[in-house]
Amino acid sequence: MPATSRVPDSAGRFGPFGGRYVPETLTRALEELTAQYEKAVADTSFQAELEHLYRNYVGRPSPLYYAERLSRRCGGARIYLKREDLNHTGAHKINNTLGQALLTVRMGKRRVIAETGAGQHGVATATACARFGLDCVVYMGEEDIRRQKPNVFSMRLLGAEVRPVTSGSRTLRDAVNDAFRDWMSSVETTHYCLGSVMGPHPFPRIVRDFQSVIGRETRRQCLEQVGRLPDVVVACVGGGSNAAGMFYPFVDDAEVALFGVEAGGRSAQPGQHAATISYGRPGILHGMYTYVLQDDDGQTSPVHSISAGLDYPGVGPEHSYWRETGRVTYTQATDAEALDAFDVVARAEGILPALESSHAVAKAMKLAAERKRDDVLVICLSGRGDKDAHEVARLRGQEFG
Amino acid sequence: MSAIDTLFQQLRTAGRKAFMPFVTAGDPDLPFTAAVIRELFARGSSLCELGIPYSDPIADGPVIQASYTRALDRHVKVSDILEMVAGLRPSDLGPMVTMVSYAIIYRHGLEQYVHHAIDAGLSGAIVPDLPVEEAGPLAAVCRRSDFSLIQLITPTTPRERARRIAEQTTGFIYYVSVTGITGERTELPPEIVDNVAWLREQTDLPISIGFGISRPDHVRMLAPVADGLIVGSAIVRRIAEARGRPREEVLREIGDYVCELLAALEAER
Repeated sequence: MPATSRVPDSAGRFGPFGGRYVPETLTRALEELTAQYEKAVADTSFQAELEHLYRNYVGRPSPLYYAERLSRRCGGARIYLKREDLNHTGAHKINNTLGQALLTVRMGKRRVIAETGAGQHGVATATACARFGLDCVVYMGEEDIRRQKPNVFSMRLLGAEVRPVTSGSRTLRDAVNDAFRDWMSSVETTHYCLGSVMGPHPFPRIVRDFQSVIGRETRRQCLEQVGRLPDVVVACVGGGSNAAGMFYPFVDDAEVALFGVEAGGRSAQPGQHAATISYGRPGILHGMYTYVLQDDDGQTSPVHSISAGLDYPGVGPEHSYWRETGRVTYTQATDAEALDAFDVVARAEGILPALESSHAVAKAMKLAAERKRDDVLVICLSGRGDKDAHEVARLRGQEFG
Repeated sequence: MSAIDTLFQQLRTAGRKAFMPFVTAGDPDLPFTAAVIRELFARGSSLCELGIPYSDPIADGPVIQASYTRALDRHVKVSDILEMVAGLRPSDLGPMVTMVSYAIIYRHGLEQYVHHAIDAGLSGAIVPDLPVEEAGPLAAVCRRSDFSLIQLITPTTPRERARRIAEQTTGFIYYVSVTGITGERTELPPEIVDNVAWLREQTDLPISIGFGISRPDHVRMLAPVADGLIVGSAIVRRIAEARGRPREEVLREIGDYVCELLAALEAER
């Protein structure tokens, strides 16, 4: 069966993937969120308010920028960058958090919790909460707090409480666990603002829909600038929200080739990467049926990536669906390739890409080189790399500042 | 009829309630877990709940979560746990069920997991991350094998939904006392009593209450409405705190603690 954009169904299924594997305590809140979201979608005032925020608060539409020097360097297709790094707070995450903050207000809840890996979703949630006067608690792994100090500062400046997560691997996966545990006790008064197209239904759908502004704009901008749709679209995939938002509006355009780039880490050895679709298999994690990295007993495997935002052993269920249907090709870039791509974009275009986005760039440079000169390739530059400057310097043994 | 059905029938006839302790498998190792289970039954427990360690247990508080981490750090496997259970001969001791994530059951294969569990002598499973909408495939396998699939009802469950869950449940209903994660509480919400009394009118299934129960006054509060009471974190914490001490001594302490709660339960007959 070819992929369709008419997913998920009412049970939250993308083909066989998705669903809702959570403790009974949370099911009422998920039902309520589903119902509120359906109402919001049908409510033109909700759409208008979100549209207004996107334009005047986030600075949308984000540019689709022809990266001429990068294209020349690769010697193939024309490369365009969808500049999500230019959004308020420096990444695509704000597209989702503003939408969920509006839903929180509609549900009459006053407190918001979130998980964060790189800190981008944490900052975006803290920002949206400040904007709407909501209390905000962000769960963040201790290891990620170390890697992403500037974002921790920002969250605190925005009035959010950052709670360090000390269990397990002390990264994104454990931050998700702790956010769910908080929600188990606070569900009557609190909204869990999940940061990616993952988790139990309806989150994969809601986050995809809010992020789809990326792909809708890209489609329109490409038609305006080039006169046709792109030939290739590339995005990085951790949980997969920037990729889902970019790909979804192109799913029914069979002529557009879609590539998702996972974190290849140091090697293909278990524990040395976070390439869930490349090396994983279907299973259950964090409320969803999807590709996961697990051992034969069902225990979640350790993962590694240079980028905190891709360091996750699962992936959104719609990506599993796109993989099974063959609509999206999933591939990977290693830590070293991502670091090289980081440098290339910095020097060729004067843009510091996030290490997450650098994975997409690394693969896209190879794909572009194999393409004809009049082909058009779009990279979702999902976030800016300022947050990674410290970590890049540390990895190279350089002093910073 | 499963061993669980038989147990509750006998208890009802005798006008007694079930004491149902929880222990994490493999914390700190499987031989000790086996010794704890023997002690729990020897002191008068009716049914034992065995926690299968899982890397990402979102319904569990810090005590059980940490016990799972300790067990997994020592690489305990489901097959080792089932072997330990088989060695205990549950048919001689009393019914045993596992608390197990659907992530683990799915990875093993539904049929395989249930058949291996039955071969080891287990009578059922509590799957805390499998709500009624998703439970169909596992429920079908369990029904065919007379293996109880114990489902949970919580304070946030709407009444219509609670009826639906009760219809799908076998063995007993696990009523979750609080809106929250596992762990000892000083006080329990008073509305549990009314909620369970309401549920009692909807179903003939036994109703056991768990989450937060750790003190004799909790037992006195809930025993009149429940068929069974589940105590987990309080036992797991005692095992965690006993590290390095002689095992006989720790077993006796756990046994004494259980006796204290059982005395409160018997007093409510």
